[in-house]
Amino acid sequence: MAWIIAPNGRARATSDDAANTSECDENADAARLCGRWSHLVKCAKQSQTTAGKKVEMNSELSVSLWRGARHGRYETYRVPQRQSQTVLDVVTFVQRHIDPTLSYRFACRVGVCGSCAMTVNGKPRWTCRTHVAKVAAGGRLEIGPLANLPVIKDLATDMRLFFEKWQQAKGAFVPTKTRHDAIAQIKPDTPARQAADAAIECINCGVCYAACDTVRWNSDYLGPAALTRAWTLVNDARDGGNNARLQAVAGNGGCHACHSHQSCQELCPQALNPTAAIAGLKRRTAMAYLNGEITP
Amino acid sequence: MIGRELKHRRSALWLAAILHRISGLALAIFLPFHFLALGLAINGEARLENFLRWTDQPLVKVAEIGLVFLFTTHLLGGLRILVIENFAWREGQKQLATLAAALSAIVAFAFLVRVF
Amino acid sequence: MNVRLYVWQRATAAVMAPLVVVHIAIIFYASRQGMSAADVLARTRGSIAWAAFYALFVLAVSIHASIGVRNILTEWSPLPERRADACAVFFGLVLAALGLRAVAAVVLP
Repeated sequence: MAWIIAPNGRARATSDDAANTSECDENADAARLCGRWSHLVKCAKQSQTTAGKKVEMNSELSVSLWRGARHGRYETYRVPQRQSQTVLDVVTFVQRHIDPTLSYRFACRVGVCGSCAMTVNGKPRWTCRTHVAKVAAGGRLEIGPLANLPVIKDLATDMRLFFEKWQQAKGAFVPTKTRHDAIAQIKPDTPARQAADAAIECINCGVCYAACDTVRWNSDYLGPAALTRAWTLVNDARDGGNNARLQAVAGNGGCHACHSHQSCQELCPQALNPTAAIAGLKRRTAMAYLNGEITP
Repeated sequence: MIGRELKHRRSALWLAAILHRISGLALAIFLPFHFLALGLAINGEARLENFLRWTDQPLVKVAEIGLVFLFTTHLLGGLRILVIENFAWREGQKQLATLAAALSAIVAFAFLVRVF
Repeated sequence: MNVRLYVWQRATAAVMAPLVVVHIAIIFYASRQGMSAADVLARTRGSIAWAAFYALFVLAVSIHASIGVRNILTEWSPLPERRADACAVFFGLVLAALGLRAVAAVVLP
């Protein structure tokens, strides 16, 4: 659930489906005063019931969770279903009330950190932003760790390779000025800056990496997240590392391995578009190669 | 790995990419035979003519319809890639991909009508 | 796949796109006319245009298909990369040899 201040100054709470919204009867200041989150949640819930929305409420969910590491099995637990329950709520319930040996990761639980990404009914998602009512057909859920990464235990994966590929793609800023130089003037509406801004909000959750079949088939492939970050830096006028960066993404496992399946783009919770970023890298590396600036 | 395939719903674009790859593989396997058949003409037209008569069989014609479908699919799938990689991002790609598959089927069907 | 293979594959694809359309049109035309071998060869024998068209097609497809096959081998088969490279090169050479032989078969008078 999210909330925004509408142009008329009133606070509005929305849930995942756009149809399910409610505006607060009081103005935004009042909402802030009374503790805006709980206030708006209350408004949204009232709207849910008064609008006569049918929320499918089985009394219990049947939840299969992966237990083990590389080898293991799915174990099934029964979890009471609640209104507006998220998948993270379900996993947390199991760990707190049924089996304390369950391992899983989360941090903010409000959709800004990306730590809680898991495979839910076959799709990699942020579990804190996935409403059970939306995905649990017939009251069943299957939750596993993110794919394409080694499993440490249960629902927690080893993200090190994901971050190492970030480095291999030269996804780090290379400065060209010092504190003694004038601040760089970057216009926000230049095509390069717009391209960088469109791709910059990645929080390294790993959903795209888990969704990507090319990652699954090609262990060298740097992956959508690392390449998207490289793309933002390629478009950063202040950065001085482009030659090495283009070289890094032009080899085996670089941007050219992408087949434009677009699972990354479809599933990115930040609505980023790695396919487009990688297409941009393909163009830049091809030009650099034809100009003799890089070698494969 | 966990030992379970990811069951996430495959989108039209994923299917387009897989169809592009499978059609390419099928065409790659077909091509040497195609070249060998045409090469029969080296020894005069009679051998090529015999081969062409052999291909008049209904089953071969059905296979040819399949080839036309694969050929068109591979072309359109390749155009999809070339457009994504060289032009500005466009929305509505899923619909275009579905349309392309339909177009391939239509072309193959048109060929069917011609040969039967 | 690296940038060099990528450039070759995309370039040959772009070259072949119009050739493919023409070839499909030819397939339709020939099947409609119910052409025999003699009819086909009468058109192709001694023709510089057909020789150039199909020789270009054969060379382009040999490069394009062999790179595509290499991708499939590295991603879908357990072959190590070196072996996949060698198979792909071999396949490309076979296609080029058979293809140019076929072109010669139909255009040489």
